[in-house]
Amino acid sequence: MSRVELLSVHNYRSDGRRPKELRDISLSLGTHGHADGSALVSHGLTNVLVTVHGPREAKSRANTLFDRAVLSVNVDIPVFSGGQGGKRGRSDKRVLEFTSAIRQTFEPIVQTQLYPRSQIDIFVQVLQQDGGLLQTSINACTLALIDAGIPLTDYVCAITCALHDSTPLLDITSLEESDLPNLTAAVLPKSGKITLLTLETRIHVDRFEEMFTLAEDAGKVVHGEMLRAVTTRTERLVRAMEKGGVQDHSRTGIERPSARRAEMDIDMDDV
Amino acid sequence: MPRELEPAIAQREFVLAALKQGLRTDGRALLESRKPELVFGEELGMVECKLGKTRVFANVSATIVRPRQDRPYEGLLTISSEISPMASSVYEAGRASDEEVAITRMLEKVIKRSGAVDLESLCILAGQRVWHIRLTLHFLSDEGNMLDCACLAGITALRHFRRPEVEVIGEEVIVHSPEERAPMVLSMHHTPICITFALFEDSSSPVLDPLHLESQLATTTVHLALNAQKELCVMHKAGGMPLSVEEIMKCVKIGVERVREVSKMVNEALEEDWKGRVVEIR
Repeated sequence: MSRVELLSVHNYRSDGRRPKELRDISLSLGTHGHADGSALVSHGLTNVLVTVHGPREAKSRANTLFDRAVLSVNVDIPVFSGGQGGKRGRSDKRVLEFTSAIRQTFEPIVQTQLYPRSQIDIFVQVLQQDGGLLQTSINACTLALIDAGIPLTDYVCAITCALHDSTPLLDITSLEESDLPNLTAAVLPKSGKITLLTLETRIHVDRFEEMFTLAEDAGKVVHGEMLRAVTTRTERLVRAMEKGGVQDHSRTGIERPSARRAEMDIDMDDV
Repeated sequence: MPRELEPAIAQREFVLAALKQGLRTDGRALLESRKPELVFGEELGMVECKLGKTRVFANVSATIVRPRQDRPYEGLLTISSEISPMASSVYEAGRASDEEVAITRMLEKVIKRSGAVDLESLCILAGQRVWHIRLTLHFLSDEGNMLDCACLAGITALRHFRRPEVEVIGEEVIVHSPEERAPMVLSMHHTPICITFALFEDSSSPVLDPLHLESQLATTTVHLALNAQKELCVMHKAGGMPLSVEEIMKCVKIGVERVREVSKMVNEALEEDWKGRVVEIR
């Protein structure tokens, strides 16, 4: 097996990045027509689509809580997304862990107490993976929840960091992920605190702190990008509303086909 | 699926108020762990770990199998850790609860991913014969912190276990029975030990080795796996209350100290047991 040099002597990584350089981030909101909120996020070649439905009435009454909304997370990691080890079913332990990590991250962030007896569905569709899957999914979930207009206490910005000898590498690819000890951290930029932190394989405790603080700073950079994406999207919506095209008919329950079409047209032009 | 009952309001308030004053329901200090007790079975590789009323039984067995095609030089290690309703009525047989998924995945990361067992030393004949080590964990009773208990039981069992010696002559493999030749210890790279902290909204310090009730009331839990060489093997904190960098580093520092004590205890227990065993070598 040929070994790829993960960090060259000139301090370049296998994909030509510097150790602390992030991959291209693309964040688009409201990509999905039917959902209440959706986001398509990619970090380099890792690509995740998240749609949010709700808050809405739960399918089964047994799963509701009387004082807050229930988050239900569904993750689909298809074979074509290019992960290792072939098909991952819904009952695969890794998928279950991934799902519960996302749910537990967002449960304290989403203001669920505002929607008692209801359910918020989050569907995570992985389209392509190249390392940092949890990171991309969490960022996508944050944006999709914002797009759905669900109140959150803060953004959740996730980032990965690996350690090569003594150099921390940010935003890792799958090549780096499989060979190096790495961590995923989800940062709340407003308070600077960490909600999710997972670390795999051995590193010395002293090195950990360095990696960890670096990841925290990088999380804030990701936050800047997310903020910009949300602002751009909102500005666009406001512009569309000023044109007078968007009207909310969902509350009255009466749907006028012509008005509906007009709204769609504006969406198509502006988004 | 029956949902577990939430603790009563009075009980919750009592426990939380006591924790605020640095007191716990079983009289321990916040950073005091229950003393783990290791009971070795008749056979090698049978260990029961007791952490207060939490009990986990671990058993190791070995068979000879054909290796995986993509890894012809590596032996296999499988961990089965199904939680039966015996541990607590909230667990259902054949259906993985959140807790079970968390425990299984953590054990896999701590024991397998961190490379505790040297898999290459389990190779007998490259591409044809390797040892398959099976670690089976039985969760006997759940009084909080089953993960630490299971991890300790599993790791101790792997170190306690001896596999029969084999001899390779050409293509032929001879397995020597324990009566003929002394069985061999598994070669281990390091001994990872799992430490769990529960954190509460307004408690000054994290709570080490939480009871079942405490983990129900905690706002978040942090799992660490460290070894005696001060290496962090796995860290897991999924959601719950957000923590600052200092708080997490504090947990890590406490963990380092604690792991040193536990690994010393494990070494002593293993030595003690080994002294009491008669191994005949002819």
